[in-house]
Formats: sequence, structure tokens, C-alpha cells
Amino acid sequence: MLRTPLFDEHEAMGAAFTDFGGWEMPVRYGSDLDEHHAVRNSAGLFDISHMGEIRVKGEAAELLDYALVSKLSGMKNGKAKYTMICNADGKVIDDLIVYRIEADEYLIVANAGNRHAVLVQLLNAAEHFEVEVTDKSEQWVLLALQGPKATAVLNEFVDIDLDPLPYYSIASGKIGETAVLLARTGYTGEDGFEIFIPDTEALKIFRAIAVRDEVRVCGLAARDTLRLEAGMPLYGHELTLDVNPFEANLGRVVALDKDDFVGKVALTELQTQKTWKLYGLKGEGKRAARAEYEIYLPGGENPIGQVTSGALSPTLGYPVAMAFLDGSLELAIGSKLEADVRGTRIDYEVVELPFYRR
Amino acid sequence: MANPAELHYTKEHEWVKVEGDVATIGITKYAADALGEIVYVDLPKVGSSTTHMKICGEIESTKSVGELYAPMDGEVVEANDSLSGSPETINDDPFGEGWLVKIRFTQLPDLLSSSEYDAFIGE
Repeated sequence: MLRTPLFDEHEAMGAAFTDFGGWEMPVRYGSDLDEHHAVRNSAGLFDISHMGEIRVKGEAAELLDYALVSKLSGMKNGKAKYTMICNADGKVIDDLIVYRIEADEYLIVANAGNRHAVLVQLLNAAEHFEVEVTDKSEQWVLLALQGPKATAVLNEFVDIDLDPLPYYSIASGKIGETAVLLARTGYTGEDGFEIFIPDTEALKIFRAIAVRDEVRVCGLAARDTLRLEAGMPLYGHELTLDVNPFEANLGRVVALDKDDFVGKVALTELQTQKTWKLYGLKGEGKRAARAEYEIYLPGGENPIGQVTSGALSPTLGYPVAMAFLDGSLELAIGSKLEADVRGTRIDYEVVELPFYRR
Repeated sequence: MANPAELHYTKEHEWVKVEGDVATIGITKYAADALGEIVYVDLPKVGSSTTHMKICGEIESTKSVGELYAPMDGEVVEANDSLSGSPETINDDPFGEGWLVKIRFTQLPDLLSSSEYDAFIGE
């Protein structure tokens, strides 16, 4: 299994580890609930170096307009955009955050398990353009500092003022003598930053932030419950090669008015045929329907779909789930449903996504 | 935390404390750590009967579900009801306040000693 440059540090801190996308990653350091609440109430620090970072330089805007589903050429320097890369069938290869560094230079952050699939797709498309596609994943450590106190803490380390930087932006700065990229993005539903650091300089920066009283170091367990509450998809659950962006309520990122791009023909067809639709569900009691548990209409005999992610929400105190349900049902907010939780029917109802908003 | 020498263990990561014909059952620190913070416990009702190696309850953390296997045939004489309000007690004190049920048993199966359990979990 792959390890991040900070693995030894996590181990010394007593982390428990889990396999995630081929990486041996910290799942928790102590209580995953305490880590979750620290992000909601103060600040949490995550090592997310398993994420793939791909740099595109040259005819980058042209390549990305062709290979991805959004219009990336319209971005301004220093802005970030959430988008997807689909195959010719319009199915999702990965969801991505794309940062425009300069007019001819973009940075793409891909999921750990999809890094190679994304890279292959980009390299194939790159044959049509004067462009250089470089996998920077091995050279950078990516840290996320998330929570209401994240910006104030990080401001004490960096040589620029982070306060005016809007959400979904990126800026260059320095921490000590180390040049870093600071992106106001995240996967927790809180304000915060993702920090791109050269791997050789990462340990001292990680330690300096981690020792702060406001900051708790957090593992992937908390990251998962945080993103679920924020209604954010996790590839392999809400997004897969069996799903198109419209089914996952992400049709807004697909720019069908672009000239030509990978998946355009299929996506144009698919936008009107929703076989499945992703819903947010809220449960009764404390028992959570988890991924792959089946959902029924009240008293129904045949399942209408499956949970993609589910947990007892640490912030809200009740079970929440995202589920792909029969798209023809067009369920309204408040619709009553049931989940089969290991043989027992538990009452659920359709609610708005996200479950939690800061 | 070491596995207490005075307890017996199962390969399902439960501990068993025998007093007369009643056995107190809990899960080990190893199991509690592996589950993560426990948020829900479903224990068998007092008076229900248990069958060796049959599922008799569930322990859920934010990340996963663990099944509770009855370590022996018998009848549940007490369940730790305080856990429904504070299931995290199992993480905090798995060998003490975090006990799960007491079973009046008819026959004890073969159980592991603490040193055998240490070896089983590779400690």
C-alpha cells in the first residue's frame, strides 16, 4: 500500500489506519466524533496527500474544455471550479477540483483511487493539443485545515492576508521560507483551506499547525461524516462509472453548450432520462442505514433503490443517508420511506440536501 | 491497555467474566478500538435465551457495525441499559463500565486465556 510522506508522524501520533484508494491512511487518531466536532466548532487538520494532483500547462484551457464536462476556459486566474471527467458514455470517471493558476496553467485535484484513470484520460486527450500534463502527486503534500477557526490560525503562518480570499479561490504564499499554494476549498462543509506543500517541507508545517490549541488532527472517519452532512459526493458511493452527472444532481456542472467534449453526445441524451436520482434521507432513532442498504416505500415489498452513504450524523444526532432511488418516482421533500437495516424496517423521510449548512 | 489476565476471551473479540453460573460479557479494547467511537448498541432483552455463536446484538460506530455473538448457551439475566444513553462508555472502559450483558449459562464453551487472546490479536 502507498503511504504519504507524513505516515511516520501519523503512526507516532497513535493513528489507526485504513486502506483508502490503495493508500494506508489515518482513519482516526483518537475519537472520530471528537475529530468531527473539532472541525465544526474550531479547526481540524487532515493529511490528504493521497489525493492526486495533476498540472496542465500550455493549451490547458483548450484541453480541459475538451476532456472535462465544464467550461474551464471561462475561469479567471486564481479561481477554483468543481467539475467532472466523464467517458464517452457520459458516465463519471471522477469528480475534480480544477484551479486556474495562470491563463496557460491549471491544477487538477483528483481522487486517490482515480488518479491514474484521470491521468490516462487526460493524456489521451492531450494528443490533440500543445500541452504538458504532469502528475505532481508524488512531489506534494496536501493538507486540509478546515473549520470556523481555520482561516485565523492559517493567517498566522502565511505571508499573505487570507481573509479577503473568496471561497473557491487559490493564491500563492509562503509559510516561513516555503512557497505554498493556498486554496479556499474543502470537503467538510466548513470554511477552510487546502494547502499544497513541497513534500520535503511538509513535516515541519504539519507539526507547527497541529500543535495549535485550536487545531485537532483528524482522520478519514471524520472526513467522511463531515462530507456526508455537507451532502458532498464521495466517488465510489454517490459517483461511479454506472452513474451520470444528472442522476447525481450535478447536471449544473455540465456545459452542454460547449462545442465538443468527451461525453457530449451521450450526456445530451442522458439529461432527460433519469433512471436514478440521488436523494437526501433523514432517519428515525439512532440506527443508521449504511451503504448498499435497501430503501422501500412504506410497507413496500420491492426496494426502490439503495443507500450510497449513511451514518448517524454526529452534528445533527439523527441518521442521515444519501440514496439512489427510482428516478420515475419524483419523491417530494417529506415523502415517507423505509430502510431495511439488517432485517428491521426503519422510518426515513426525504429531506433537502445538504443536511448541514454552516 | 492490556487484556486483563482474570478474564476469558473469544475469537469474536469478546471477554467473559465467570462468577458462579453467571458470565458477564463485553467486547475487548482491541474490538472497541477497531470499531471506532460507538454510537449505538442493541442488546438482547433480559429473559431471552442465547445460543453459542448465534448473533444476539449489534454494536455500531460511526463507521461500521459489529455483531455481538453469544459466547455460550444460556439466558440473559441483565443487560447494561446505561449504554443506550452513553454507548461511548464501551470505548472508554471496555473491560469495566462498558460491559454488555450477563448470561446465566448452562455450559461453558472453550474460551481463550488472556495470553492466548494476546497471541490471537498479535500482541
